[in-house]
Amino acid sequence: MLIQQIVNGLTLGAVYTLIALSYSLVMGILGVLNLAIAELFMLGGYFGFAVVLAQLPLPLALIAGMAGSALVAAIIERIGYQPFRTAPVVTPMLSTLGFSIILQNIATNIWGSDPLQLTEEVFAERFNIGPVSISAIQLTVLGVTVVLVALLAFLVQRTSIGRALRAVAENRDVARLLGVSAGSITLIAFMLSGSLAGAAGVLIGLHYAAITPYIGVEIGLKAIAVMVVGGTTRIWGALIAGPLMGVVEVMTVAYGGSQIRDFVVYGFMILILLLRPQGLLGGSHRNQDQRV
Amino acid sequence: MSMYYAGILADVGILVLGALSVYIILSTGQLSLGNAGFMGIGAYLTSWLTVKAALPLTPSLLIAALVSGVIGVVVGFPALRLKGIYLAMATLGFGEMVRSFFLNFSAMGGPEGFHGMQHVSTGTIWIWAILVLVLVMVLETSQIWLEIRAVRDDETAAGLVGLNATRIKVGAFGFGAAVAAIAGGLFAHHHVYIEPGNFSFERSIDFVLAVILGGSTVAPGALVGAVILVVLPEYLRFLADWRFAAFGALLIGMLVVRRQGLLDRALLRSSPA
Repeated sequence: MLIQQIVNGLTLGAVYTLIALSYSLVMGILGVLNLAIAELFMLGGYFGFAVVLAQLPLPLALIAGMAGSALVAAIIERIGYQPFRTAPVVTPMLSTLGFSIILQNIATNIWGSDPLQLTEEVFAERFNIGPVSISAIQLTVLGVTVVLVALLAFLVQRTSIGRALRAVAENRDVARLLGVSAGSITLIAFMLSGSLAGAAGVLIGLHYAAITPYIGVEIGLKAIAVMVVGGTTRIWGALIAGPLMGVVEVMTVAYGGSQIRDFVVYGFMILILLLRPQGLLGGSHRNQDQRV
Repeated sequence: MSMYYAGILADVGILVLGALSVYIILSTGQLSLGNAGFMGIGAYLTSWLTVKAALPLTPSLLIAALVSGVIGVVVGFPALRLKGIYLAMATLGFGEMVRSFFLNFSAMGGPEGFHGMQHVSTGTIWIWAILVLVLVMVLETSQIWLEIRAVRDDETAAGLVGLNATRIKVGAFGFGAAVAAIAGGLFAHHHVYIEPGNFSFERSIDFVLAVILGGSTVAPGALVGAVILVVLPEYLRFLADWRFAAFGALLIGMLVVRRQGLLDRALLRSSPA
């Protein structure tokens, strides 16, 4: 029973990890909280569903979700971030909030406010390993997350784009002096972030076999807490915080009742903010401006 | 006055109070995304006092405002450690925690909500809204507000000239929380039914939007913003299902064109009044 809960928690945690990485890519590099990520996650789910409902293969659903959300993220960067680059951090946050209102409205109008459900469960078979039962879709969620995180790590740590991203995070002006095109790097950061949120949306949609326009507020917003717990200054903190918070939430539901879970998750975030503002994995110094 | 317009007016009045609660805290440079939490505390406490303890509305509202103000101060102290976006995220968490708490608080109905309150008229709501608005505007002419503005502009400099930034920031949190509680108490007694979902993240966002649209540097901005936020969607009805999208676009447009909101000090000073 306990191991079963841990497996379920890790599945939810994998989705949290992806969304938290999505938040912290933009937060870590630009210092901006993109509130529209919650809705990019929701849109990704719908894009993926559209592909699955068209009887096309699953990998295509993932690609559609990632590409679709990345494109929307690009629009958000051009209209919702660039004009406010020099404004106080609260202003771009509010403009992304404007986008989140728009995107939720669009989703409600296109797909309706009732949950969209898959008639037949994708990957319905389950594997039993001792006392633990794990479904194929859970394995898919975990596997895809591991692959995506590895790809992201490679991109950030080993490629020239990644080096430019880290340079802009360190110091935008110096990076520009050294020939980094900061404008296109911010665009890339937003699109990468969008594609991760989109992938998370596809995965959660397939896992629950249902999606609503409000899933962004229900799950996407909570990933902010996951990002904070991992540490906003180090994007890799999400790798620890995602699984941790997923397990904590599932355990809370299993042993404390489903209604207390938001209380626990957000309470954990506030504790971390107050006691260890740099997050579980953050560096030793507490400078809130320090990034990546 | 028809029921329809009375309903809209009541919504505006409650939103004015909610927006003012955000405005007061924002004046010290702190953005709160969790004022719906304080509103919820006020709504539940006022309702308990009038229904279960059989107190009249006015003292109930004042008690709720006081209690919520104390909670605001208690929340405000740890919040001193956080700035900007970190404070926004922490207050967001606080608001969601309060909602989650009432969802589990079976003594007040839990997820089923709570009812039995006496209906309160639109007039009463507006008396409170105008009272608080005037109070804030009077405060704005006082030395306290100069101190508040000094803390917002540069906390270190304000400290160097001998201002107690801690007292001012925490005090603003408490005051804002008290005003949000009044908004909640009036909301509960106008709708005569409350449930935890009434005090969600979207409600906190509405308060912030009203302040940003109306003008975040002057108190009447909260009034203008609240009117825009409630009345405009009614006028946008011809857009039918797309009015919220239009609203989001309007918000972004406003931030591009006029970041400080519709009203600002320069505008108020140049007007004949």
